[in-house]
Amino acid sequence: MVLIRQFEETADKLTLRGKVPGGMHNSSGQEAVAVGVLSALAPDDVIATTHRSHHHTLAKGMSAREVMAELFTKVTGISKGRGASMHLGDFKRGHFGGNGIVGAGVGIAMGAALGIHIRGDHKVAVGFVGDGGMNTGRTWEALNMAVIWKLPFILVVDNNQYAVETFIKRVTGGDDLAARAAGFGVPAYTINGQDVLEVRKYVEEARERALAGEGPTFINAVTYRYMGHNVGEKGLYRTQEEIEDWRKHRDPIDQFSEKLIESGELSQSEFEAMKKSVTDEVADAVAFAESSDEPGIETVEFGVDSGLLGARN
Amino acid sequence: MSTPTPTKNEPSYSEAFQAGVREEMALNPDIFILGTDLQERGGHFAQVKGIFQEFGNERVRDTPISEAAMVGAGLGAAMYGLHPIVDLNFIDFSLGAMDEIINQAAKMRYMFGQPVPLVIRATSGVAQGGAHHCNSLESFFAHTAGLSVAVPSTGRDVKGLIKTALRSPDPVIFLMHKKLSGARSAAAPDNELIPFGKANVVRKGKDAVIITYGYTIVTALKTAEAFAAKGIEIEVIDLRTLFPLDTEAINDAVKRFGRVVIADEAPLFGSITGEIAASASEAGFKDLKGPIVRVGAVRAPLSANPAMTDATIPNVESMSVAVQKTLNY
Repeated sequence: MVLIRQFEETADKLTLRGKVPGGMHNSSGQEAVAVGVLSALAPDDVIATTHRSHHHTLAKGMSAREVMAELFTKVTGISKGRGASMHLGDFKRGHFGGNGIVGAGVGIAMGAALGIHIRGDHKVAVGFVGDGGMNTGRTWEALNMAVIWKLPFILVVDNNQYAVETFIKRVTGGDDLAARAAGFGVPAYTINGQDVLEVRKYVEEARERALAGEGPTFINAVTYRYMGHNVGEKGLYRTQEEIEDWRKHRDPIDQFSEKLIESGELSQSEFEAMKKSVTDEVADAVAFAESSDEPGIETVEFGVDSGLLGARN
Repeated sequence: MSTPTPTKNEPSYSEAFQAGVREEMALNPDIFILGTDLQERGGHFAQVKGIFQEFGNERVRDTPISEAAMVGAGLGAAMYGLHPIVDLNFIDFSLGAMDEIINQAAKMRYMFGQPVPLVIRATSGVAQGGAHHCNSLESFFAHTAGLSVAVPSTGRDVKGLIKTALRSPDPVIFLMHKKLSGARSAAAPDNELIPFGKANVVRKGKDAVIITYGYTIVTALKTAEAFAAKGIEIEVIDLRTLFPLDTEAINDAVKRFGRVVIADEAPLFGSITGEIAASASEAGFKDLKGPIVRVGAVRAPLSANPAMTDATIPNVESMSVAVQKTLNY
């Protein structure tokens, strides 16, 4: 979580300096959802995610170097510079991509769960979606399909409460997302997305059910993003007091580190050392990204398709 | 040259699809089909009839009418390593899954290096059924980088092309014309694979050429028959796939005839026939004896009234006018 926070704060500044083509969506404040979910999964479980996915990607185990280099659209980036902030992915490691289209990752993860089911593999697939994706029809089409086929699928709402600049309650009929999901015949929970252990517990249980052939689970993890939808946003839709309240009283890193220090599992000096080590890791990632090569415009038409059907590439 | 009379023993266009899929499913356990009304009914055009009975519930999956989730399911499973066929019955229904096709399936290899071995099969083209069941969207798919588009006009091509598609790691839009569903023709040789990007000369000629695909092949052959009665020999070339496009065969035809008609039944404005005409003109301007003439549908949604339907798309008369125009230069 500390890595995600520092990565995002650094990347945000670099974006303002024009280093990140196309900009980025900052996940600061939402670390517990990403780490809670990914720490409950096995390394080869599948995820598919959203336009705001740096935290999911780092929590999946991708290095700060390959993610930062991708933000810079360098050839050493995780998508070889073709994706940038919104299109991080590495299929060999079970990361089926970020996505520029709201709700699209849900269908992809559900399809991967179908693949897992058909192959009989001992894995699950998680589809991340934001609260904005709760009001797009495809999300519910995919959940329904997962229910009827009892797929090993977990739908996680990384619910930061704002669809771009629109407060979720303004645009959501029924107001209760878990109740909406329960209507599809699926175990559905609204949980505290600021508590990494709570998130992990619910995902572990969902994973067990999925592996036992009992089908999908819906988890609405309520969290908060500190920064704008995109870097440089004016943010007239919410108050500074609201943001400060979440930062001061419900910060996922503060809450978890205080708990660990209180129980004696982490000392203050160890925590400081961890933060220092993360600072170095992020600085190294930036240096790596800065010094990496561009993909090269001569490759612009490469890899559109396999070429096996006779197309040029 | 006259078309041989088909006999009842010859397989229909839909049966040719069944045969190709069945052969590939037997060879490759990763292939499965999902869509609506496939198991008992065998699809709305009998295109997968009997396959559920042979391969069972896991490999022929009935779905709810949820196009986005149908294509999403196929896409995710394809990227997981399987080889799904998503059967949309009518290509008109792909519009409910356009993001999954255009933004997702088509772009995954380019962005992530990830193969997407996915076939999206649908019946296409103008017949009865009105504006929501008769769209010709093939130009749009061919326009999208990352997609290949097959538009077979015979059972033999259906079988050979679907077999090739099911051995390809790329997403393929496989469009079968609804008016050809029951058309019988000679069975394909066993295990024949037909490559994408290779057009087929379906009638040899010497005076002018009609280049087309799908059901418009039938119209083109009838037009050629009519000209043959007057001693004029028209060649007919079936493109079979729109991407990859056999530009070599097209450019060669321009060179050989210099009198070229390009036809389909999509609305003329923005149809792929414009792309073909433009690129063929660029490549073979000096060989052309006159402008390439295009034939297509009027720019209107399809009326369900049968006479209006017929008036929307090319027929022998409109195609003959186009051919005559090239001959007059």
